[in-house]
Amino acid sequence: MNNDLLFDFTVDKAAQKIFITREFNAGLSLVWDAFTKQEIVDQWSAPAPMRCQTKYMDFKVGGRRFYAMILPDGQERWIVQDYTSITPKTNFKLYNAFADKDENRELPGSEWDHNFSEQNGITKVNITIFNESLERMQSLSEGFRIGYTVMLTNLDELLATLSQK
Amino acid sequence: MNIKMKQDIFQAIADPTRRAILTLLTIQALTPNVMAEKFDMTRQAVSKHIKVLQECELVKPEQSGREIYYHFNAKKMQELDHWLAQFRQNWETQFNQLDKILSTMKEQKK
Repeated sequence: MNNDLLFDFTVDKAAQKIFITREFNAGLSLVWDAFTKQEIVDQWSAPAPMRCQTKYMDFKVGGRRFYAMILPDGQERWIVQDYTSITPKTNFKLYNAFADKDENRELPGSEWDHNFSEQNGITKVNITIFNESLERMQSLSEGFRIGYTVMLTNLDELLATLSQK
Repeated sequence: MNIKMKQDIFQAIADPTRRAILTLLTIQALTPNVMAEKFDMTRQAVSKHIKVLQECELVKPEQSGREIYYHFNAKKMQELDHWLAQFRQNWETQFNQLDKILSTMKEQKK
């Protein structure tokens, strides 16, 4: 489906920067909406089998998205994203930080810069993440691994029950 | 988290001197005194850098007689690459999800 679409992921470890580039087979307005409207963002911004649920999202400079990544076992990882700059259909920047369920941030977080451009009906999105921390990524991935294992165990049990019938 | 690090590995390798120390250690294990000589730094300054590198397990000390030799821990570097690969995978999965949503949105607009 998306075989011809560019996906590039580069890490500059020394500068603590991550560069992500992805093309989408859709016009700029649609892709912009998909990144900036809560009801659409929630549908894709957690990698399955995780899902995400936004408590509130106020997409404007100085506004905030407060959401949870929910692991298959029901565990929640809360994240706060503060919008620091918005140029409609061109660019937006945010400050991303893990938080507790009461919205208290665990600082420092990382800075995310999103750039959008369209050519011939294909929209390219460039994301640069500054100051990503391995420790944070590790804790998320670890939670993911545990959650995934639990989910597979549930599946094993389900399959076992089904095969007994 | 069971794998709790005092120092973030990214922070550790963000410093040019620490990167230079690591590069040197990939070739051979060294004592802090030799490192201080090579970098024209005080023994204290070297110790500070080593402490950071050791806390995130990028280097390992080994006692040899009266001297401590520091070794480069390649396994830790691989671990970093492993986590990054996982992070990349997460993004890839999310974007594939978004592809499906965009194609549905396009259909609905028609």
